[in-house]
Amino acid sequence: MTDHDGTRTRNGDATGAEALVAEPNWLKDKAVRFLDSDVYFSFKRSPVTIVAFSLVMLLVLGALLGPLIAPQNPHDPAQLNLMDGFTPPFSANQFTGSFYLLGTDDQGRDIFSAILYGLRISLFVGVVSVLFAGVLGVTLGLVSGYFGGWIDTLIMRIADIQLTFPSILIAMLIFGIARGLVPVEMRNDAALYILILSIGLSEWVQFARTVRGATLVEREKEYVQAARLIGLGRIPIMVRHVLPNVMGPVLVIGTIGLALAIIAEATLSFLGVGAPPTTPSLGTLIRVGQDFLFSGEWWIILFPSLTLLVLALSVNLLGDWLRDVLNPKLR
Amino acid sequence: MLAFIIRRVGQAVAVLFTVGLVAFCIFRFMGDPVENLLGQEATQADREALIERLGLDDPIPVQYVRFVGNALQGEFGISYRLGRPVSELIAERLPATLELAMVSALFALVFGVLFGVYTGIRRDGVLANIVMSVSLVGVSLPTFLIGILLIWIFAVELGWLPSFGRGDTVAITENWDSVLLTASGLKSLILPGITLGLYQMTLIMRLVRSEMLEVLRTDYIRFARARGLRRQAIYFGHALKNTLVPVITVTGLQLGSIIAFAIITETVFQWPGVGLLFVNAIFFVDIPVMAAYLLLVGTVFVTINLIVDLLYFAIDPRLRFDAPGKGA
Repeated sequence: MTDHDGTRTRNGDATGAEALVAEPNWLKDKAVRFLDSDVYFSFKRSPVTIVAFSLVMLLVLGALLGPLIAPQNPHDPAQLNLMDGFTPPFSANQFTGSFYLLGTDDQGRDIFSAILYGLRISLFVGVVSVLFAGVLGVTLGLVSGYFGGWIDTLIMRIADIQLTFPSILIAMLIFGIARGLVPVEMRNDAALYILILSIGLSEWVQFARTVRGATLVEREKEYVQAARLIGLGRIPIMVRHVLPNVMGPVLVIGTIGLALAIIAEATLSFLGVGAPPTTPSLGTLIRVGQDFLFSGEWWIILFPSLTLLVLALSVNLLGDWLRDVLNPKLR
Repeated sequence: MLAFIIRRVGQAVAVLFTVGLVAFCIFRFMGDPVENLLGQEATQADREALIERLGLDDPIPVQYVRFVGNALQGEFGISYRLGRPVSELIAERLPATLELAMVSALFALVFGVLFGVYTGIRRDGVLANIVMSVSLVGVSLPTFLIGILLIWIFAVELGWLPSFGRGDTVAITENWDSVLLTASGLKSLILPGITLGLYQMTLIMRLVRSEMLEVLRTDYIRFARARGLRRQAIYFGHALKNTLVPVITVTGLQLGSIIAFAIITETVFQWPGVGLLFVNAIFFVDIPVMAAYLLLVGTVFVTINLIVDLLYFAIDPRLRFDAPGKGA
């Protein structure tokens, strides 16, 4: 608590070296400081947030360890037994006696394993597209706000036009265009990257507008004037001084954006214009499962849908909580 | 007043121009139209003839002007996949989408206002709280999951309603096959209509609720109560009336979203509208259809936004006072 970065002065180099040597202490300091922070205090007092956080962690862990804990690799035909097809959940197959926790699909694919593998794709696409949208949006917002002038007008005009249309429509359009530019034989392999590109490009506007607004306020402040006075260039000022001070809301937008990106990915994949059948995400699994709803095999669609729902809802709740904690005006 | 209208119309034209440019770039530079229209056996002479006929060797600005000119006349070229004029395909399917969108918007408006008024009056009521909680879950659910859930309950388990298609249609005009006049058509409209309108319904409901809460606190409502007016008269005649300006605006703005989100609903319910056409066009990289859909939706959005803005201007006098100061 006592040693915060702001008090370090010119002879801070020595303290820095000491801190490196005494690493455990430094870590402990960080931990103590975190446990004492407003964020942790608010986290402790909100059961909903704790549950949401645990669920997200559980799903992330499941996705990361997927190949290790999944009973089978659902995309390796050699591991599938057709006789196990349509095994209902929580019970043994009537012919082979094999047990599958969440049942199997028509080809004897274990739904639980398919969900773990699908979760990997959904989370990967979601996280990377938000990162992409974030980097792009923050950069453009910073440039727009700091430079102003025609470049600001241009960027904000594009943002305005894009905001006129729902982001899912933009994502679909970009997906279609990018798909058209990729050679036919590469379309399945490139699908995930096209997906990331289209979702990222459809969501940068929120980041850019927020960062631009914050930059407009920051650039008039004294520390920026001081930095300008000692002859620092525009880019170093933007990156080293303005950027850290406008990043606060970005975390909130990023978290809520993650929920949106996961839903957007699932929607595109469900429509058949997202993750290909060779690397199915949760949305693809739901699309496939829809066919079996009518013949009574409800588990093929129910469990992937529930997973998607829990994931999107939990991330959303976390985002809402972060917004309330980090926004001093609401307190 | 005039300056505002001119500026606003100018903006709309600029946006449309951009959308048109994007559509033109897709149309002209993605893939090779000549390869796509001619088969493998085409000779060099065929190629040149087609390039000549399509005007692909003209300067790009000339081609753009021609593209816009054709689009204004409803001419968008020929679908690569289906080999038929895009305008024909769209004309065939537009009625289905418009009917679905209108029914959804109506559903959203009627039930949104009803629930909004109810939850506004009975703020602490059990039923009102249930409606509010359910609406929160409804907003968090992706549209396609709502559709699947409805299909599961009402089509598969209960068997009350059809799960796909439009049912029987009646030709109203040459191009307009309507489902609004047959029993099976109306039945098949229910599930997609609810799926598509649910999000907008919750939006309107929450808006009406918060506006109602605000209005019910004002003095004129207290006076109306003191005067002994009947409750219905107070709630619907006085309170609701004053919440309607933002509601109309939001409904108008959401109309565009409804048409866009129809893509998802149409896929879930295999509803043969333009949305389904667009999804298939993306999957098969059917460029003329993509470009035409983009132009169509772009025009719809820009027009709706323009009308709503102008309406707002007409309804809310405060905007009129600001206009001269900000002129041009």
